[in-house]
Amino acid sequence: MLTLAHLTVEYDGAPAVVDASLALEDGHVLAVLGPSGSGKSTLLRAVAGLEPAAAGSISWDGHDLAGVPTHRRGFALMFQDGQLFGHLTVARNVGYALRLRRTPNAAARVRELLALVGLEGYEDRLPATLSGGERQRVALARSLAVQPRLLLLDEPLSALDAGLRERLATDLRDILRAAGTTALMVTHDQDEAFTVADRLAVMRDGRIVQQGDIAEVWRAPADPETALFLGYARVLSGPRAGALLRAAGLREAPAVAVRRSALVVADRGPLSGTVVSGRVTPELIRLVVDVDGIGELDAVARLDTHPGAGDRVALVVDASRLAVTPAGH
Amino acid sequence: MRRIWAVAPALLVSGSLALAGCSTIGEDGGGSDGASSPDRVVLVTHDSFSLPKPLQRKFEEQSGYDLVVRGSGDAGILTNKLVLTKDDPLGDVAFGVDNTFASRALDAGVFAPYDASLPAGADQYRLAGDDDHELTPIDNASVCVNVDDTWFASHDLAPPKTLDDLADPRYRDLFVTPGAATSSPGMAFLLTTVAAYGEDGWQDYWSRLMANGTRLVDGWSQAYEVDFTQGGGKGDRPIVLSYDSSPAFTVADGTSTTSALLDTCFRQVEYAGVLAGAANPQGAEALVDFLLTPEVQAALPDSMYVFPVDASVPLPKEWASFAKQPTDPYAVDPADISAHRDEWLREWSDVTSR
Amino acid sequence: MRRALALAALAAVPLAVLGVFFVLPVLGMVSEGFWTDGRFDPAAVLEVLGRPRVHRVVWFTVWSASAGTALSLLLGVPAAHLLHRRRFPGRRVLRAVLLVPFVLPTVVVGVAFRELIGEAGPLGFLGLDGSAAAIVAGLVFFNVAVVIRAVGAAWESLDPRPAEAAAALGASPAHVFRTVTLPMLRPAIMSAASVVFLFCATAFGVVLTLGGLRYSSVETEIYLLTTNLLDLQAAAALSIVQLVAITSLLVVTSRLRAVPDPTLARSTARPPRVSRADWPGLLATGLVVVLVGLPVAALVAGSLQVGDGYGLANYRALDTVGSRSALLVPVTDALVTSLRTAVDATWMSLSLGLLVAVVVTRRSRSRTERRARGLLDGLFMLPLGVSAVTLGFGFLITLDRPPVDFRDSLLLVPIAQALVALPLVVRTLAPVLGGVDDRQRQAAASLGAGPLRAFLTVDLPAMWKPLLAAAGFAFAVSLGEFGATSFLAREDHPTLPIVIYHLIGHPGAMNYGMALAASVVLAGTTALVMLLVERLRVPSVGSF
Repeated sequence: MLTLAHLTVEYDGAPAVVDASLALEDGHVLAVLGPSGSGKSTLLRAVAGLEPAAAGSISWDGHDLAGVPTHRRGFALMFQDGQLFGHLTVARNVGYALRLRRTPNAAARVRELLALVGLEGYEDRLPATLSGGERQRVALARSLAVQPRLLLLDEPLSALDAGLRERLATDLRDILRAAGTTALMVTHDQDEAFTVADRLAVMRDGRIVQQGDIAEVWRAPADPETALFLGYARVLSGPRAGALLRAAGLREAPAVAVRRSALVVADRGPLSGTVVSGRVTPELIRLVVDVDGIGELDAVARLDTHPGAGDRVALVVDASRLAVTPAGH
Repeated sequence: MRRIWAVAPALLVSGSLALAGCSTIGEDGGGSDGASSPDRVVLVTHDSFSLPKPLQRKFEEQSGYDLVVRGSGDAGILTNKLVLTKDDPLGDVAFGVDNTFASRALDAGVFAPYDASLPAGADQYRLAGDDDHELTPIDNASVCVNVDDTWFASHDLAPPKTLDDLADPRYRDLFVTPGAATSSPGMAFLLTTVAAYGEDGWQDYWSRLMANGTRLVDGWSQAYEVDFTQGGGKGDRPIVLSYDSSPAFTVADGTSTTSALLDTCFRQVEYAGVLAGAANPQGAEALVDFLLTPEVQAALPDSMYVFPVDASVPLPKEWASFAKQPTDPYAVDPADISAHRDEWLREWSDVTSR
Repeated sequence: MRRALALAALAAVPLAVLGVFFVLPVLGMVSEGFWTDGRFDPAAVLEVLGRPRVHRVVWFTVWSASAGTALSLLLGVPAAHLLHRRRFPGRRVLRAVLLVPFVLPTVVVGVAFRELIGEAGPLGFLGLDGSAAAIVAGLVFFNVAVVIRAVGAAWESLDPRPAEAAAALGASPAHVFRTVTLPMLRPAIMSAASVVFLFCATAFGVVLTLGGLRYSSVETEIYLLTTNLLDLQAAAALSIVQLVAITSLLVVTSRLRAVPDPTLARSTARPPRVSRADWPGLLATGLVVVLVGLPVAALVAGSLQVGDGYGLANYRALDTVGSRSALLVPVTDALVTSLRTAVDATWMSLSLGLLVAVVVTRRSRSRTERRARGLLDGLFMLPLGVSAVTLGFGFLITLDRPPVDFRDSLLLVPIAQALVALPLVVRTLAPVLGGVDDRQRQAAASLGAGPLRAFLTVDLPAMWKPLLAAAGFAFAVSLGEFGATSFLAREDHPTLPIVIYHLIGHPGAMNYGMALAASVVLAGTTALVMLLVERLRVPSVGSF
């Protein structure tokens, strides 16, 4: 089990991670989600032993890791762009750590790992001949080869294009589950985090602002900024929040985060408003509606409806797409 | 990985080259400090020192000591090395300090007294002022102006004879000499003029020389080999500053094409001496004695281009015919040289730079 | 703390070598000047700095070195473009040949130059002999290859797209060069300029031989003061002037160099053929070829001259000791000594240079650490800027007792040569190591590789070519080194340049011819080594 206690990491005198505390149980996958510059990569590097802690501690199963160099931690690190060794074949890349440990039957294990990541028969290829997605799969296989106590993933999919990313995220989740790997992943992409991880920590300005079961965090963002970062479109507060919550049949709260698809155009509903603008997407129509008594909100409509700017529409609220949050500043 | 395997042989090759003798390591042999071993004699000298191998072996057989030679730099560098290391000498015995630098070494107390018995005729080469007999004369050579006789013959011009002639407009743009600041014969020539024209007169002579188109170069090789008409490079100057022995090296068809002007000479004498604080003073004295033996003295002209101090040893055939020594060369008191070297060189630089 | 210790441990060996074989001797020599008769007397040293002659000497050094550097850049940069960005038959050979002067002994070059520009020479009508212009030409002759190599290497790997973009926006070729290419090349040009300036400012033989004694540079003055006058106070004063000037030069250029290194964006595009638009490069290359080629041709012609005809007798005589045994050992033996010494100097400077390059290129965590690394980088450039005679005498007076009792050691010569080659080795290796993505090493470490193993996995494969190239450099520098070697070499183990010097200093036409022939052999060996390096070259080679 990985435990971070009040960890502070400084970079060139400036704090990059401040007072971070985390716990990651064996077999879980934790995603650290945060915008760029939030300190999440520094946190990962500190766990890997690449940055020294200025204060606080990192420990594994209760043993403090301070002073244990990277190569003795048994944590495999996988980079955004794989960082394969360009002069080694795929098989030698994957088998790298196995050779370091003089593991018997390394070749069989390499074949097995390549099968796991879906690259059978790629043993003799050089990294330069692989596509971006294939390279990441090789990097993953290489990291998994020694069954690390902890797998550290630094934005593992963000260098890939959208479609590939989605597919690989699912594969990654399945592979990690299948191998029972404990993993810590940092990313700025909510979808990636949601697909791969089961635990989530949100970082902002070097601090961990919220952590917990991924669905829980999603349901109840700790504050408006977190809500916005998690993909909620707007955060309403005060009377506007009250009005919306009432329409959704929920208890009143000081603030509420609203997803873009929380309001749906219907024949009749508790809210009504005037369409400000609309945009057609392959699956539905996205609208901005000036809701009476609340103001501008996002809404969706079915493709077979044709609301235009200025039209009056009725709206229902999907309560599962709202999240009550503590009031913002 | 394939490339790593390409590196490995390269490393292996260079490694084994280093081990298999393509390296200087392991050749040091014995202790590294030359002066610390009593069964050998370390000779400190300049880079012109050269003695035939059989003679070196003979010394080793006779004396029972191994001879180790450490030679680099010219006479000036050698002297300064000895002065700077006098508290922990580089060896047991030094050869090559000449009469233009000797006072500096004596003043610094580099040498220990050793009164070797000199061969016939060598007494005249003793250093004036060396009353304790710290230095033993071994050889001598005079720096003289040389002329290309064939050039003068073909130009229907009588070759110059005296120092004054060199400033004569008839010999305009014909003389090349190494500079006093950068070359030991150049310094000797400056001393010639000091002796000839006096401590207050030589500056004027040099102005006239320069006005007459004298070319200054940095060293003897430049002057003789590049600019002199009889040098290797076939230059364009038929008058050059060189040595009294030089005509012996331009012999063609039984006659020399050049000759030395014996009224323009300054004699350089090279000395050997036992170093103060030598680890093997007996060995050092044995070597000084050895350098005075007829065999070594006879070998000097061929191996170091100098005349022996022993008047009785025969000279090589060409030397006997063509290398004439001056009978009354110019001389400057070594103590004076020591006291004024800096000042004279500075004045000389001022006169010669335009 | 652990990092600081690791840094110190890696730096310890090169620092110790530099300390013992450079700092200690130089300090020893300089302090001889400060202590007169056992008394500390700095006033005497300071008084020297007020002498008008010293002012003249310093001024001449500064302007001649500046002129030499400027001209080397003016010729070298366009020539670098042609030789590294254009394709034509024989360019590899040309590049290798142009590096030959870099290692020729100055005494030989002096002879070759004077045979050309002397009053009797084919270029005598120019009246260059003994002029300051001849000195500057000599400096350019020696150093233009450094510019070509350093700038050419950077140019070769420059991303061509920004220039193409500028051209597409309507910029003329001259405008593109001024606004896009030149700024991108600035780091390479600056570091070449600083090295060339160092070489020019410390040139010795060229100033003496070609200046006809009318000019003194700081270096020749130190030589004169130390070897002839034993005026150690004045020598110390000038040595300090030299060190201060060179240190400030290094600081300034490291500032100017400190822009993101554009050479990291490697391009692999095949260079286009030469076209008419390449006239500046063609012109500059033509001038360089003439400047380098004529003296070398004069040298070769001289070496083939036997009596009034031509022949190979001078070459056949190389396994003898010269006429009237001018030498203790045959020239061929000296060549063997030279080669063996060069092997030693090469592995020494490579091991030291590798350590230094690793230390200075590792990512720094703090400003202090970055400063420390920068300081270290500069420190190892200093041996280029100190007079060989100061170092040589310093060896004798400081390395005479245990634990640093080395003054009789045969290894002194390769060590001194290794120190001279070290800056070039570091400048060849550091950009490559700096260009290796640090995350590669981290990836290896996270897979369980220790630092050494990570180095073998990540750095070595990226570096084996530049390593071999640096080896070629060190080898060639060692082959040609004369200043320090003449001081330290043992009588019975002379290197080839020393033997050449001996031969040319002894009367007899055969000796002169043999000296020229030996020089041609030295030049040929050097060219061969450089040609081999050329075959292995990688973009960073020589980008010091």
